[in-house]
Amino acid sequence: MVKSRDLCRGIDRSDGFATLTLDLFSGSPNPNPCSYSRSAKRVRVSCASPAAAAAGENRSNLFDSLSEEVLFLILDRLESDPLDKKSFSLVCRSFYAAESRHRRALTPLRSGLLPAALARYPSVSRLDLSLCPSVTDAALASVGGALRSSLRSINLSRSRGFSYAGIESIAVNCAALVEINLSNATDLSDAAAAAIGRARNLEKLWLARCKMVTDMGIGCIAVGCQKLRLLCLKWCLGISDLGVGLVAVKCKRLRSLDLSFVPITEKCLPAVLRLPHLEDLALVGCLSIDDEGLMSVKQESKSLQVLDMSNCQHVNHTGFSSLLSKTPGLRQISLAYYCKVTHSLASSLQKLYNLQSIKLDGCEVTTSGLKTMANSCRSLGELSLSKCSGVTDEGLSFIVTKHKGLGKLDVTCCRNITDLSLASITSSCTSLANLSMESCILVSREGFRLIGQRCHLLEELDLTDNDLDDEGLRAISGCHNLCVLKIGICLKISDEGLIHVAKGCPNLQELDLYRSVGITDIGVMAIARGCPLLQIINLSYCTEVTDHSLRSLSKCSNLNTLEIRGCQVSSSGLAIIAVGCRKLTKLDIKKCYYVDDAGMLLLARFSQNLRQINLSYCSVTDVGLLALASVSCLQNMTILHSGGLTSNGLAAILVACGGLTKVKLHSSFKPLIPKPILEHVEARGCVFQWRDKPFQVELEPSEVWKQQSQEMHV
Amino acid sequence: MVPERRRPPEASSKSSSSMMSESPRNLKPGLPFIPFDSTNLWCGDGHGRSFLEFSPPLVTQSNGLFGPDRETKSKNQHEPSPVMDWNPRLMLSNLSFLEQKIHQVQDIVRSIISREDQFLDQANELAAQQQLVTADLTYIIIQLISTAGTLLPDIKNALLSTNPAVGRPGSNQKQHEIVPVEVAKASQHDSLIKDLNSCGGKEDGLIKCSNNSGVEASEPIPIEDPDTKDNDDGMDGENLPPGSYEVLQLEEEEILAPHTHFCLICGKGFKRDANLRMHMRGHGDEYKSPAALAKPSKEASIEPQPIRRYSCPFVGCKRNKEHKKFQPLKTMLCVKNHYKRSHCDKSYTCSRCKTKKFSIIADLKTHEKHCGRDKWICSCGTTFSRKDKLFGHVALFQGHAPAIPMDDAKVLVTSDKAQVSEASSGMPGNTTGYNFSGNTSLDAQTPDIKGVDDGHGCFSPMILDACNIWGLTEFPHSAYEVSESTFSFLATGSCNSIQRNGEN
Repeated sequence: MVKSRDLCRGIDRSDGFATLTLDLFSGSPNPNPCSYSRSAKRVRVSCASPAAAAAGENRSNLFDSLSEEVLFLILDRLESDPLDKKSFSLVCRSFYAAESRHRRALTPLRSGLLPAALARYPSVSRLDLSLCPSVTDAALASVGGALRSSLRSINLSRSRGFSYAGIESIAVNCAALVEINLSNATDLSDAAAAAIGRARNLEKLWLARCKMVTDMGIGCIAVGCQKLRLLCLKWCLGISDLGVGLVAVKCKRLRSLDLSFVPITEKCLPAVLRLPHLEDLALVGCLSIDDEGLMSVKQESKSLQVLDMSNCQHVNHTGFSSLLSKTPGLRQISLAYYCKVTHSLASSLQKLYNLQSIKLDGCEVTTSGLKTMANSCRSLGELSLSKCSGVTDEGLSFIVTKHKGLGKLDVTCCRNITDLSLASITSSCTSLANLSMESCILVSREGFRLIGQRCHLLEELDLTDNDLDDEGLRAISGCHNLCVLKIGICLKISDEGLIHVAKGCPNLQELDLYRSVGITDIGVMAIARGCPLLQIINLSYCTEVTDHSLRSLSKCSNLNTLEIRGCQVSSSGLAIIAVGCRKLTKLDIKKCYYVDDAGMLLLARFSQNLRQINLSYCSVTDVGLLALASVSCLQNMTILHSGGLTSNGLAAILVACGGLTKVKLHSSFKPLIPKPILEHVEARGCVFQWRDKPFQVELEPSEVWKQQSQEMHV
Repeated sequence: MVPERRRPPEASSKSSSSMMSESPRNLKPGLPFIPFDSTNLWCGDGHGRSFLEFSPPLVTQSNGLFGPDRETKSKNQHEPSPVMDWNPRLMLSNLSFLEQKIHQVQDIVRSIISREDQFLDQANELAAQQQLVTADLTYIIIQLISTAGTLLPDIKNALLSTNPAVGRPGSNQKQHEIVPVEVAKASQHDSLIKDLNSCGGKEDGLIKCSNNSGVEASEPIPIEDPDTKDNDDGMDGENLPPGSYEVLQLEEEEILAPHTHFCLICGKGFKRDANLRMHMRGHGDEYKSPAALAKPSKEASIEPQPIRRYSCPFVGCKRNKEHKKFQPLKTMLCVKNHYKRSHCDKSYTCSRCKTKKFSIIADLKTHEKHCGRDKWICSCGTTFSRKDKLFGHVALFQGHAPAIPMDDAKVLVTSDKAQVSEASSGMPGNTTGYNFSGNTSLDAQTPDIKGVDDGHGCFSPMILDACNIWGLTEFPHSAYEVSESTFSFLATGSCNSIQRNGEN
């Protein structure tokens, strides 16, 4: 934020605003109205010619004449990209002021910036502090003071360093507060919960993993925040039936309740089901609930629509059947893991007239169970059978022919299904938009051809680890709406297939080619040309990929995630990416042995949005790494086996990168880095992960790797 | 049933004797086995009467003889009652225990036989052995009856099912034939029981006991020995007709006297006769013989004794015999406790809450055990000893919330550093995090330790007599020396914390 203000001051009098504003007005899809490099160039221009600066001053009055409503209307259209707003505010003072008043959501990277940010943006209603690893009580107090009337939502889900006092200052001062996310605050105790209880208007509260909050604390919340509509108590291990029961008694407006992994028994369920508006209930991994308990629950819930009871190890089909008979309004159920889909369970679905989505991941499924399910349900929109044992062609075909409206189907790792299933899927579910069939190894070219021929509405397709070849890819390129395509570990595909995809799927945003070793630069270049909206691409271990690919990918300006592990790329390729793809936030260049300090310097200069980087096995030294410290967003670093790295350099980097939240280092460095430095970095909110992986330079051929990984599965 | 089973033979014989003293009130003319009213519960109105006539004898028969008893039991084991499911495991354990017991007695008797000639010159020892045997036998009989008592309803049900003639008219002839035999048997045993009654012996009590257990089987509560109800002032449930017992009224001095047993030689007083007997050993060898050391013999209890009840000397008290609705006190101990509680100053104050006062040290101890444990506090100030009670209260009243103790907040503030390290939970060598948890556990413990040192009475295992507790304050050192068992750690800990408290 400070930086942008400096920049603003620097170019305040600069030339070229007319073109910029014209850009802004000309059309709404405005990919990149003002980039850093261009404005930097203009700064230079303005410095060179003072006359132009004077002319700019005259013209800036023009902007002043625009009313605030007009500016706000413009700003409303700039919500899609944060960079656009930044550019907007750099235009002139009135734009700057308008943007300050217009902004409602703030996501600072450091809590140290909070006072300045709060002064600039007085009407922020949503404050997301999840990127600030350390938020002190003082910072929270300043938030409470500055956003007294406007703050409606605050997210502290990944922050630490505050105590109940900070929460209290917000809860007491901000009367309009309706949302608090305190997830992962593992050290907050009942005192903090009592402080939350003072926010009377609270409607949404997340307390996931607040393990020290007990029934007493949740009792205070239940009594204080009676307007609660959403409450997430996932992993709150200190809460028992009593606390949940009190919540159910006091917070009658609850719509969504997440009790996953909470040690509750069936004793609190009647009270919970009695909630008149409850729509969404999650009971994932509630190990204290068993069949008998569920059967003893007599309370019905007419309002419940979404039920998630995955991972309840001690509940089986009898318990589920009993519960399902009490909840006739269900739209979605998830019974993943530890559930046997038997005839009786499937037939208990019959009374659920509104059922649209069933998730049965990792369950034991029988053909007869699937058939009964197909007959019991009215019209399913979503079905997930991933990792289910016992899914056969017969069962799957039966269910898809009954439910032609299926939009999402997940048959990941159903290793017994063949082209027969795909024939029935493709012929009946023509509106399928999302199909995941990773590791369906028996499906052949014919099956993929059918997908391409019949499922034209497909948007997401996961064919990882399949027997896919270029012919199949050519067929799939018929799905013109495809946004996400995952074809990793398909060893048979080559550039030819990718070229078809590039031609057929212009909307592609995510492409996964992990270990699809047949791919070379030609294929990637075709993709880069054909799919300009590409955001995520994974080329890891495609060993034929070189700098040429990167050069072409640099044209995809939306690219935010690039994984090129083990590719033959160099610093120059990386530099081109850095310049071209300004939105890059995640970069994985592990085992790119030719990437050295030069690449890092350019990366540091241009990729100011970088959040996460993996530099393992690169030829980067202290100098290159230290350069990265100028990337203020950098939060997550993995550096294992980087030869040129010394402990002193590492220490310097750790201190210099103020925003780090997670660093993965080799354990041999642990004793070498001075303890006070480690403690200092940890106190700023960084977590260290010390790994002791052996040094392994050789890349094994993908066939060998696949063989090994399959052996591991068996 | 279980607690009685565990009781040593002496205690059981004692209990039987005390039961004997109660039994007559249960005997009403015409219906000798009133407690079998409970049986009515089981067979309903219509059939109840017919059963009343012969079911008691059936049981008494089993009282006397082991064989038939076992038979009925085994029969019932095959045919569990539909009305009440008795616990066959418990039964089995009872029976095997009895078996053991019988073997023990057998061994004793055998040893007596084998050493018969040796005993000639040691009459005392022989007497002691005999006493032991009688006590054991009494205990076995009681146990057997109580075990059989659990079956009472079952016997009836069994009968109901095997002898429909009894319950239902117009059933077949064969079963009608059985009935007279049973009745004959019944009358036989009836007379037997009458004989027993007339001699006013133990058996009377035994029958009562069996009846008791029958009742209890229907509502599964363990038999409570009247002696264990010492703390109870009276016997409100008891409805002895006036005049059927002898009323004794002691003087206030007598009641409040610290000692009731005095040494005839030196005049020293004791609270318990056992202590007196121990004391007597010092006065010469003649007091060291087994007979002299044995409990006063049971002859008195075997002989018929008028029922004795006690009156409170405080005029106007309901327990005073002059009162219109006089309710007598059952034992001496009842008198003592009643008098102290109702008519004496409450001189013992709870050291924790400083408000509750008691006149009996045991009451104070009971209170102190729980005083201050009401850690579940509502925002309205009400305290609860149980969390669910607090939550019930909070759920009921609008605006009431659970109150968080402020210690909690303090821990949170002090452990700022710990918070940071807690954050790095995925990391090895998370030392400060460990500290943090250590802190909390310490915090949780301190109140307990404090409680211990506040109330000396908590160390009841090391304090044999109530009077000693108050001696403790004068000689704290000796008290701590005494406790060298598991409590020694706590004691020293509390000692330290006392000192620390003092410094603070």
